[in-house]
Amino acid sequence: MAKDVIRLEGKVVEALPNAMFRVELENGHRVLAHVSGRMRMNFIRILPGDQVTVELSPYDLAKGRIVYRAG
Amino acid sequence: MTIRPKNAEEIEKMRAAGQVVAEVLDLLRTLCRPGVTTGELDAAAVQRMAERGARSLFRGQPHPRGGTPYPGNICVSVNEELVHGIPGPRRIAEGDVVSVDVGVEKDGWCGDAARTFVIGRVPPQVAALVETTAEALETVRREARAGVLWSAVAGRIQTLVEGRGFSVVREYVGHGIGRQMWEPPRVPNYVGGDMSRDDFLLAEGTTLAVEPMVNMGRRQVREKEDGWTVVAVDGKPCAHFEDTFVIRPDGAEPLTRLAPGALR
Repeated sequence: MAKDVIRLEGKVVEALPNAMFRVELENGHRVLAHVSGRMRMNFIRILPGDQVTVELSPYDLAKGRIVYRAG
Repeated sequence: MTIRPKNAEEIEKMRAAGQVVAEVLDLLRTLCRPGVTTGELDAAAVQRMAERGARSLFRGQPHPRGGTPYPGNICVSVNEELVHGIPGPRRIAEGDVVSVDVGVEKDGWCGDAARTFVIGRVPPQVAALVETTAEALETVRREARAGVLWSAVAGRIQTLVEGRGFSVVREYVGHGIGRQMWEPPRVPNYVGGDMSRDDFLLAEGTTLAVEPMVNMGRRQVREKEDGWTVVAVDGKPCAHFEDTFVIRPDGAEPLTRLAPGALR
């Protein structure tokens, strides 16, 4: 049975130290997310209110990484 | 993320579970004929599991994003359905492409494998799709040996599939397997993107469920309203082959086949 990569849409609600963000997902859950390395390399700024795509860790559904910022 | 290789005793227990999976897949190959319902395939599979002292790994599997647990014992995915098709009243018809996915737990250890069957005559491109996906799994058997990075193997899979004009699904990946069905690491069938962060070195004794998922058309997939069935967005056929492998110095040894080379 294939494993889901688990990507969800969400909105950044708070910027935290160390490039961490609190993101509220469409399903209402709040997760702690860091920014994927590729996005850091391209200096994509993320601010509270941004719509983002979060890939959840399959091992801890309260943590994830931001892989895409809409717009 | 720690990947713990299995010792010889653990691998033999996984082989015992894997042999039940192989036997069930063999049974399903003979039953998968026009007129049979996917629910009948499920019933036959679960009966054989019980006879061998094994239980379905899939039944009751929690949904990854909080939906209803998986209701079937096996997955049967027809034509544009890629994976996780729920068995039911649907009848298999001439010309269908049917992917069956079987996972069992026996004495605390897991085995997981899948095959795509072609029912009767299909267009040459569909036959090529199934053949290519099977070849992708054979690539794993040859190339996934101790000391190699997984990304090197995934690159071979992707090159093979895309070279034939088909596409590799990104949203679903293979996985480590052992006492549980889904263990670290994630085992993608493509390279690049965020997956490169999760690359890992293959070590002897590592057990992986490797499962190339290939779409004839575009790679995009979506989940149907039942919360489980994954279909190609463009409605074109898909193929899915999987085995549980143990990594060896000279290649990957399948635990879910009746004989090492018995793929089809």
